[in-house]
Amino acid sequence: MSAETTHSQPQNIGSITPEKAGRREAASPVSARTIHRLRNAVSATLVTGLTMGLVALFLSPFLFMIFTSLKTQGQMSLLGAPIWPAAQVEIEYAGKKIGVYTVPLGKCEGFDPGDASMRNLGLVKKGRQSSTFIDPNNLQGGEILCNVSWRALDRPWTFSPTWSNYAEVVKAINYPRLLWNTFFYALMSNLGTLLSCTLVAYGFSRFRFPGRDLMFMILISTVFLPFAVTIIPTYFFFQKIGWVGTWLPLIVPTFFTNAYDVFLLRQYFMTLPRELDEAAIVDGASPLRVLWSVILPQSFPVLVAVTVFHIVYAWNDYFGPLIYLSAHRELWPISVALPLFNGIYGSRPELIQAGSMLTLLLPLLLFLLAQRFFVQGIVITGVEK
Amino acid sequence: MLEQLRDFSKLVPSISSIRRLTPLARREMVWGVGFLSPWIIGFLAFTFLPIIFTFIFTFMNLNITDGLLSMLSPSKYVGFDNYATYFKDPQIWSSATTPGSWLITIRFGLIALPIGIFLPLGLALLLNNKHLKGQSIFRSLFYMPFIVPFVAAIFIWGGMLNSETGWINRALVWLGVPKANTPLWANDVHWVYPTYVIMGLWGIGNAILIMLAGLQSIPTELYDAAKVDGANGLGTFWNVTRPMISPVIFYNLVLGVVGLFQYFLFPLVVNNGNGNPAGATMFYNLYLYKTFFTYQNMSYGATMAWGLFVVILIVTILLFATAKYWVYYAGETRS
Repeated sequence: MSAETTHSQPQNIGSITPEKAGRREAASPVSARTIHRLRNAVSATLVTGLTMGLVALFLSPFLFMIFTSLKTQGQMSLLGAPIWPAAQVEIEYAGKKIGVYTVPLGKCEGFDPGDASMRNLGLVKKGRQSSTFIDPNNLQGGEILCNVSWRALDRPWTFSPTWSNYAEVVKAINYPRLLWNTFFYALMSNLGTLLSCTLVAYGFSRFRFPGRDLMFMILISTVFLPFAVTIIPTYFFFQKIGWVGTWLPLIVPTFFTNAYDVFLLRQYFMTLPRELDEAAIVDGASPLRVLWSVILPQSFPVLVAVTVFHIVYAWNDYFGPLIYLSAHRELWPISVALPLFNGIYGSRPELIQAGSMLTLLLPLLLFLLAQRFFVQGIVITGVEK
Repeated sequence: MLEQLRDFSKLVPSISSIRRLTPLARREMVWGVGFLSPWIIGFLAFTFLPIIFTFIFTFMNLNITDGLLSMLSPSKYVGFDNYATYFKDPQIWSSATTPGSWLITIRFGLIALPIGIFLPLGLALLLNNKHLKGQSIFRSLFYMPFIVPFVAAIFIWGGMLNSETGWINRALVWLGVPKANTPLWANDVHWVYPTYVIMGLWGIGNAILIMLAGLQSIPTELYDAAKVDGANGLGTFWNVTRPMISPVIFYNLVLGVVGLFQYFLFPLVVNNGNGNPAGATMFYNLYLYKTFFTYQNMSYGATMAWGLFVVILIVTILLFATAKYWVYYAGETRS
């Protein structure tokens, strides 16, 4: 970071002729320009450093998740274990696996009693007064007797990720099934959202008639409506017609628009020049034709934004699937399945973190691929009027 | 987005204005209403009618097991009984031993709302600092956790906040806090609200982006003018930045308040929705959810929903009323 700041500094140097610079330096040993540049570099280092520190804190739970998800079952509760996924070192000796311990050499036969150095040795024979060790780097060197209790010794750790945690979780939660369910929900509801919101946003942005602005206002005000005030009769009704326990109550309403996406699309359509529409209309195109052949081809970025928002929304949706699918575990999306998994595997933090990783992996990949569209879409809903 | 909500009354069309339309304008209206029809049908079916029915339910004694036709049976109507129960419910209005759901919701809001506004604002100001290198990378990094599904975020933060093995308590011990004094977080009645706030931090990316975009949309001439007039950093912030981003803050405040009154997913997932520890997390909307979904009492749930609706409506109207004193919309002349 500091390297970056120093790189960006010498831009202005070219504009000063050697002669001019020389005169300045003659006036004062450190020119005002240098002081200014130095001050900027210090500010940049401080501000950028502070931001990096905050980002590191903010994102540290990701590291916690990754580290924990790769630990063995016992490491979490072992005292003195490192925070990264690790295993205690073992070596093969005389056909057996034996643990490696850190031994003070001064206590061992054949070494100077004043020797304060430590060495990692394999434990051959455990004893309370004295134990027998072998040097892993010199197995032929014979066993070494040391006057130490093996229990008092530390053990060295080595980096050792337990990838099998992921395999265990994939099997335990039936990950392919959950992925398919979540995908299905995201795809179908996204289809409904794109179709309905495009039509409605087109109506709001390109047609003028009495009552339009009133309806738009009502649409916007539904953003503030608490879901509780509509969910009870809706649930009651869906239950009576036998839709509870199916995907229908989650997917069908998306074909009837939502305020956010209509707003987003309408704002975008309003920025498109009307001249092209008018030219198409003069050529005899119907309004539907104008939407399909003129508006939509220009709207690729906003359609992608709506799609990625919607997929992230569907991935995150917990309440809808919870109430409509609660008794039908085979239909659950991943957001509903994860808390149940957490309840069952409460004592296996490494599996819970692996499960969290598997849950956020796809939205995260989508975000990394479609960042630009995210930012644009949010800015439209939040800042524009 | 909110600017659309002013001047409501001017927009109601009169019947004569529709009658006076030229044939061409009438054709345009037919097409326009046609394109709007998915929303009109959806609004009637999934918003307007359910609100009416929620209201009707409050005068009934309706259970999930009752048939649709029981709506017509006079014996299901109980007058104002639900309201009588509602205004005496100790779970809603606090009792001597446990805090009520309204109080819990407001107590939490007093912690969560200021943080939810000022932390994103502070971070947006930091990201907008002219000395910051790599702004767009930092912006993406701060936004990134927002897309993590909230159940995953809860379990990741739950691990971080584990009182024995979590990094936060380990860090506290490392900083010199005695092990016995480290918090139990979600299981401690004094720490459970801060725990929810911390777990919710990963959701602030959206507000940061909106506020940052608001800051970037301020014309630089205004800052130049302030500089010429001799304003210092604080004065510039107060007299230029603050009014110019007030609409964005207002937007976040209104959405934050509306969200606060509907808060329940975190207590539902983190503390299993049982109100623990010590009844401190029986948020209003959680109690509502349990009434209608777990206990399947449609009518009492509907009564609570109307209570919530009325409160949100009043608070939103109050917020909009205060807006004219502190929210500045460019291009608008104030009288």
